[in-house]
This record gives sequence, structure tokens and C-alpha cells, in this order.
Amino acid sequence: MKKVQFNHRFLPYLFIAPQIIIVVIFFLWPSAMAVYYSFQMQDAFGVSMQFVGIDNYRDIFANMEYFHTCVFTLLFSVAVTLFSLSIGLFLAYKVNTILRAKSVYRTLFMWPYALAPAIVGLIASFLFNESHGDLYAFLNQLGWQFDPKSDPFDAQAMLIFVASWKQISVNFIFFLSGLQGIPRGVIEASKIDCQSAIRRFWTITFPLLSPTTFFLLITNITYAFFETFGLIDTTTRGTPMGETKTLAYKIYQDGFLGADIGGSSAQSVILMLFVLALTVFQFKYLEKKVHY
Amino acid sequence: MKKIRYDKLPVHIFLIVSALVFLLPVWMLIATSTHSPEEIIQHGFQLGIGEHFLSTYKSILFEKEGYTKSVTAGRMLINSLILGFGFAIGKVIISSLAAYAIVYFRFRLANFLFWIIFLTLLLPVEVRIVPSFEVLSTLGLLNSYTGLIVPLIASATGTFFFRQFYKSVPDELLEAAKIDGAGSWQFFIDILLPLSKTMMVALFIVMFIVGWNQYLWPVMMTTKPEYSTLLLGIKEIYQSNFEGSYLPEYNKAAAMTILALIVPVGIVVIFQKWFVKGLVDTEK
Repeated sequence: MKKVQFNHRFLPYLFIAPQIIIVVIFFLWPSAMAVYYSFQMQDAFGVSMQFVGIDNYRDIFANMEYFHTCVFTLLFSVAVTLFSLSIGLFLAYKVNTILRAKSVYRTLFMWPYALAPAIVGLIASFLFNESHGDLYAFLNQLGWQFDPKSDPFDAQAMLIFVASWKQISVNFIFFLSGLQGIPRGVIEASKIDCQSAIRRFWTITFPLLSPTTFFLLITNITYAFFETFGLIDTTTRGTPMGETKTLAYKIYQDGFLGADIGGSSAQSVILMLFVLALTVFQFKYLEKKVHY
Repeated sequence: MKKIRYDKLPVHIFLIVSALVFLLPVWMLIATSTHSPEEIIQHGFQLGIGEHFLSTYKSILFEKEGYTKSVTAGRMLINSLILGFGFAIGKVIISSLAAYAIVYFRFRLANFLFWIIFLTLLLPVEVRIVPSFEVLSTLGLLNSYTGLIVPLIASATGTFFFRQFYKSVPDELLEAAKIDGAGSWQFFIDILLPLSKTMMVALFIVMFIVGWNQYLWPVMMTTKPEYSTLLLGIKEIYQSNFEGSYLPEYNKAAAMTILALIVPVGIVVIFQKWFVKGLVDTEK
């Protein structure tokens, strides 16, 4: 904080009030309600609520479907993070090695950032459409009997592909800006010491990028967990057989469409705890283990 | 003429091919949107430009579309703009003020309030869907621009962004201003705001895109078609298209998708420098 500050009795509260008011009304209040509902069960007619203790939580963990959703969400996040992170880094590294037309390439790989996941999903539903979709036809010509409408594996592969496609641009932007932030002197010096470009990359460049990589790791995980909602809602909507639901999508389906308020709220609380853990991890790790 | 370095040629070829992987799908939508529905059904999606460019776009912008046939894509475009601008403007104002209080004032609850704002990062819309809906319906804010915009602008990203920037402003400025007798409001308006102009534009651009691209929130908060944004409108058209209509109007679906993506993509490309600054600095 600043060494010199203003002292005023009420002005600072006035400045911060708009944000605090919105946070309390639209963040804290609904979140508190989610916690409250997670211990309640609605009757069959949706008129009254009853305190049921941890029953909702017990139901969730006893349910195989929830387990499947967890497994899919984890696999999906790991795959999307891995693909989009490594491809984004590779493209940024390649663009950074050339001198000509660097800014043209920057534009060419950056623009998909502006696409909403829902838009990407709609484009995908064109390309993977079974009657006219070119990618659908192409994959089937290759001999893969690709059918995302009935084969869960195909649908999952499609989602991973499309979600990664969209996320590469973000990783590219941050990696390119990270690469450009590495002092020229360091790179020149390493060129004298080491002939192999690949070794130079892994021993010098990559460690210097670790704050960026770590930050992007968290960003990609949150993207896969939450932002892909629009993508799923415009493509598979959880089908076939509920095998393409992420945890966030299941909360929406159960609570908003299925009207299982208690169960959906309990799932919300579990997800909040997950984000909390991720944030704590981020802070602890960011402070200590990352090279600057 | 400079000497062309052929050793870099493979890299260029690789990069151009990769760029096409991103460009082709969108190009295909653009091309498809200029053909007639009959052509598309016979020959599949298109790569060349057809003859129906003007008629398709004119009809989606000005004729009532969708399941309910009660709203034009033009109306949805306006709604998307309202959401994008409202969100970005609100975010810049609210978070610059809150960050000003946190960085430049000594007051008792500063730390506590900062943590409350920080908490919002833990609570994305997706984890508080049902109760958020109830809160909005209790307050009578469903199907309103207030309900669409205001709840979204409170998250901490913008506040962190300005906090970081204010901290980098030299202390001497404040000392000098105090010696000259400037009050806190004067200091904010006359000194801090002009200094943070670039930062504000950068944040504004990033937030406009975030606002424009909102999906889940509008899905929940609007049930009346006149509040529908482009993203919701297209989804409806697609669903009626792919779920057994006699003659699917792929051309219109494609045209609306182009409409929904051209604005944010244009902004990112045109304001590239500011955009990258806004994006990279928000996350520091």
C-alpha cells in the first residue's frame, strides 16, 4: 500500500460501496442460499422445504452418475489443458523465432479469443453435423465410425477437440507476451553456451516462462470447468447417456431444468470448495515454487 | 530488396497451415451464409461465395425470426451491444472507484472489504445458478437490462487490475497534490484518471468482449424474446434447424453466427495492442 494516504471518515466507504453492495446482493446472498439449500429437501410438489442434514451430500456421493461426471470433468480438463497449453506454447515459440510478419501471425492466432464458447459450439455443430458436416464426413471416410450422437467416446473426443481449439489463442497470447519479455541478453548468452535449440528451450526459456505457464494452468482448468458450459449446451447437452456433462453443466441440468434444488445446491457447494482449494493452492504455489 | 531467407520457409508454411485450421471453419460459415438453403442441402456447406449475401443478411436483420417469430436479429444485436457496453462501462467505473479507496485511503475495514471483493473469484455464475435466479426474481429483475448487466460487473478482476496500476503510480504525485491542497476527489479526477486512460481503454475492450460473449447468465435471466442477445437467438435457430425441420435454413443460422462473432473479433483485431495490454495486465 501507499506510504502517503488520504484520511477521511466516510469517503473511502462511499467509493467502495457500489462494488460491495453488488457483491453482497449478487454473490454472497445467492451463495449463502446455496449452502442453506444444500441441507434442505423439497417435497414432491415443490411447496415446502425440510431440513435433511447431509442427506443431499450422501445421495450425491452414492450416485454413480455423479462419479461419472467427476471422471469426465477431470479427463476433459486435463486433456484440454494439455492440448491447448502445449499447442499454444509451440505456436508462440515458432512465431517468436521468425522476424518477418510477426505481427501478422500474432493476429492470425489471436482472434479466436473473441469467440464465445457458445459460438464455437455452434460452429462445431455445423462441422460435425451428420447430414452435411464436413468433419463428420471426413472422419467417417478415414474409417473411424464417428457418431457423437450415440457413441460417448466420440462425443467426448469431439468436445475435447473443439474446446482445445478455442482455448489455444489465450495460451498463445500469454506465451508470446511472456517470450517477448525474456531479455535478449539471456537468449544471446545461452546461444553461446549451448548449440541445441531444443535444449536451450527446455533449460533456459521454459523455466523463465514458468510464471506464465503456472498462471495459464489455472486459467485453463477454470475454463474447462466453467466456461465450456456454452460449448456443451450448444453441442452435446450432456448426451449420449450423460457422458459429456461437466460438473457445472450437471448443476445447471439438475437444478435449473430438473428442479432438484437441494441436490443441485449441494453440488454447487462441492464445486465452491474445489475452487477454494484451487485458489489456496494457486497462492501458496505462486509465492514459493515459481521462478521469476 | 532484402535477401529472402529460405531457411525460415518451413516455419512460415507450418504457421500458415496452422492459421488456416482456425480460419477455415469461420470462412466456411461466411461462404455458406451467402448461398440459398436449397443449394446448401444439395451440396453441403460451401467454400465459395454465393449470390445471396445481401438477401440473407437483410432478412435476418429486419425480419422476425426464431421459434416465437417475435424478434429480429437486429434487435438481438442491439441487446448484445447494450450488454457489452453496459458491462464494460459499469466494470470500469465501479472497479476504478473501489480500487481507489483500497489503495489511497487509510480506513478501518479496508482489508476486510478487499477480501469480500476477492471472494467473488471463488463464486463463478456456474456454481450459484439456482439461487442467483431466485435472488433476481425476488428483486423483480428478471427480463430487465439491470438484471442482465449489474450482477455481472461485481467480480474482482477489474478491481485487481486498477489496484495493481495505482500501486505503480509514484507516491510523489500524491505528496505534491497534497501540498498543493488537492482533495481526494480532485486528485482522482485531475491526476489519477488522466494517468489511467490507457488502462481504462484496455480494460474496457477486454470487458466488452467478455460481456458480449455472456451465455449462461442471459439464458437464465431472460425468458422474453425482446431481451434475447444474439448468442441466445442463434441457439434457438440452430435447435429448430437441426431438430427436424423440413427445410433447415442453414444460411440464416450461419449468417447470424457471423453477426455474433464479427463484432468481438473485429475489436480484438483492430485494437490489438490495447487488447493484449488489457488482457495480460488484468491477470498479473
